[in-house]
Amino acid sequence: MSEATGESRSEPAHVGDDEELTATRGTADVNEIPLRVRNLRKTFGGITAVDNAGFEVERGTMTGLIGPNGAGKSTTFNCITGVHTPDSGVVEFNGTDITGLEPYEVANRGLVRTFQIARELSEMTVLENMLVAPKNQRGEKLWRSVLAREDVNQQEYELVERAWETLDFFDIDHLAEEYAGNLSGGQRKLLELARALLTDPDMLLLDEPFAGVNPTLEERLLEHIHDLRDQGYTFLIVEHDMDLIMQNCSKVIVMHQGNILTEGTPDQVRNNEQVIEAYLGGEV
Amino acid sequence: MTDTEPDDEYAQRDDEEEVSFFGITFPNDGTMLLVLLLATYALYLIAGAVIGFPVRGLVNQLGQLTFWIALFAMSALALNLQWGYTGLFNIGIVGFMATGVYVTAIISKPVYGTGTSAAQVGGLGLPLSVGILGGVLAAGLLGFLAALPALRLRADYLAIVTIALSEIVRFALLSNTLSEGTVGGYTLGLGGGNGLILDFTDPLEALIRALSLPFDLVTGQEGFLWTEIYIGIIVNGISVFTPGNPKSVVDTFAYAAVLLLVLGGFYVLLRRTGNSPFGRVLKAIREDEDVTNALGKNTNQFKIKSFVVGCALMGLIGILWFGTQGSVTPNTFRPRITFYIWIALIIGGAGSNTGSVMGGAIFAAFLFQGPRYAKNVIETVLGEPSAPSSFSQAVAPILSADIVPFFLYTVDNMRQLQLVLMGVVLIVLMHRRPDGLLGHRKEIASSVPLDRPTGNKSLASDGGETDE
Repeated sequence: MSEATGESRSEPAHVGDDEELTATRGTADVNEIPLRVRNLRKTFGGITAVDNAGFEVERGTMTGLIGPNGAGKSTTFNCITGVHTPDSGVVEFNGTDITGLEPYEVANRGLVRTFQIARELSEMTVLENMLVAPKNQRGEKLWRSVLAREDVNQQEYELVERAWETLDFFDIDHLAEEYAGNLSGGQRKLLELARALLTDPDMLLLDEPFAGVNPTLEERLLEHIHDLRDQGYTFLIVEHDMDLIMQNCSKVIVMHQGNILTEGTPDQVRNNEQVIEAYLGGEV
Repeated sequence: MTDTEPDDEYAQRDDEEEVSFFGITFPNDGTMLLVLLLATYALYLIAGAVIGFPVRGLVNQLGQLTFWIALFAMSALALNLQWGYTGLFNIGIVGFMATGVYVTAIISKPVYGTGTSAAQVGGLGLPLSVGILGGVLAAGLLGFLAALPALRLRADYLAIVTIALSEIVRFALLSNTLSEGTVGGYTLGLGGGNGLILDFTDPLEALIRALSLPFDLVTGQEGFLWTEIYIGIIVNGISVFTPGNPKSVVDTFAYAAVLLLVLGGFYVLLRRTGNSPFGRVLKAIREDEDVTNALGKNTNQFKIKSFVVGCALMGLIGILWFGTQGSVTPNTFRPRITFYIWIALIIGGAGSNTGSVMGGAIFAAFLFQGPRYAKNVIETVLGEPSAPSSFSQAVAPILSADIVPFFLYTVDNMRQLQLVLMGVVLIVLMHRRPDGLLGHRKEIASSVPLDRPTGNKSLASDGGETDE
């Protein structure tokens, strides 16, 4: 295992043993690296949840963010998506600094998240849930909704069509007119992913998408995510289940006690002693 | 009430679908509302006619009934935008109403010394239309100020802020310091505990005179519609049937009709607001604000818009409600009125605009005006009997199997018992039908039907349609 590379951007916590990866980072091509996190730090009272974390996500990949409980995965996630404002550090998305923006501003730039526990809008139908998502809807302006219905309707027809197509893709079109609150846990996960897609994201941040999902549905979700990645979407997935990440992600970032312990291909991570130590408490 | 139906062009799917209410199926919402109203009026008429209520009194009662139905329906609609759609807990409604009518009064009262009540503080003497606009804007602005800090906090804080605000408004109106003063050469003020005499043009007359403008140009006579048509033909025509002071009867009816038209406007406005992408985001905020934010919606902005529009409408309702009463006093604006409107909305079902109108109508007809009417009717039937003056006098005869005094006592205290009745209705409703009459049904927030576009695989009749 190599030690910290200590590069130009001073990432003492960063450990990388992949030459290719290091090279990519060096060229800093925005087109290839949509998300870049540097020196992120977040404390709650006396507890440092994230301490100097930094990593990058390559376009069109599935990157996994793993780590034991309390490693700071969720806090990192929340700092990226604007739920928390980091104490220091920079989050760059598509070449622009998005540190400290409101969640809706982050989402509108194309970085959209899902929630750990699927949060459907329960007293709205599945279709309504879907139609909330698209960006820049004309009818979101109050005066247009009241006075310029023709304009609004025209766009609404397009959105309805897209919503149905997306529901088809996820095989939940038969539930379109059901209240979202009546869906099963797994269907809610599908709905949440489908809804996030309708925002036209560049990149999706999935917070434990497979938690509490049965193996069959897990298979289905993974299939969808792989399909979407093939279409060019970028994924950053926070997950508990190490095997799942190892089998599906091209790059894995391991967090431990607020730091980035290591990152690399699944094989590299799997054989990293520090990772084994972090997960198994030092007894190998 | 057909004016409350939206144009066909904008008709929603749930309009076209059959609706059922207490086991009776109606072809659409409009018919259901119409039947409900007609049934209510029929009930009032029959109750009056059977016991030989004087025609004039009966007619007056119906005019007043319409007035209350329109007002409570409008209020419930405005509250529905805030609570039913956006989940904003406003329990300071009456404060916004007071703001509306007081600001209108200040703007439109005659300048000090020129009015009919010289002792009172004056106003700016501007036309009533300017006054109404000012009142609506002021109520909206007050809503904005309340919302700005409160919406950033947890939802219940808004409730605390609003009810406190409505009391602050009332105490400000009562304040001696603000009761009179000179601003820029005008003697203005809130009148303190004595309230304000609303000596601006009667809103109905102002409206008819405004509508009269094109006729005035043709006929060359100022206020043609008012003097020739309204007073000359309608009021004089009615005087054949009721010789004594026919104008007040006609006024009551004409004003109630105007309110019904305004109600129609409210309904169309709020239906369009609700059934649109805007309304969809409001509903999403009600369900889960974090998720809505994470989907790229500036939820604070949506919440503020919804709240301000609702408050401005409440201001307008305040003007329409109290602007015709001749005077206003601060203590009219107690929180009780706020809770009346909440009851109306809960009866109809939060989240449904049609339900709000129904709730307002039912509340006005059976909980607000109904008991008073019943009291009138019963007392007329019994020939104005003298009721016992204390509870003990009413209860004691029951021991000797004489329940008449108790009955009379009950009738005599109808206005107090009204609140008990409202409480009972609320409890029963919460227990049996927590969603209200129409709150349970799917009213889709979209400006177009959400059917699967044709050409794709056929939409099977699935989906379950479990309406609960």
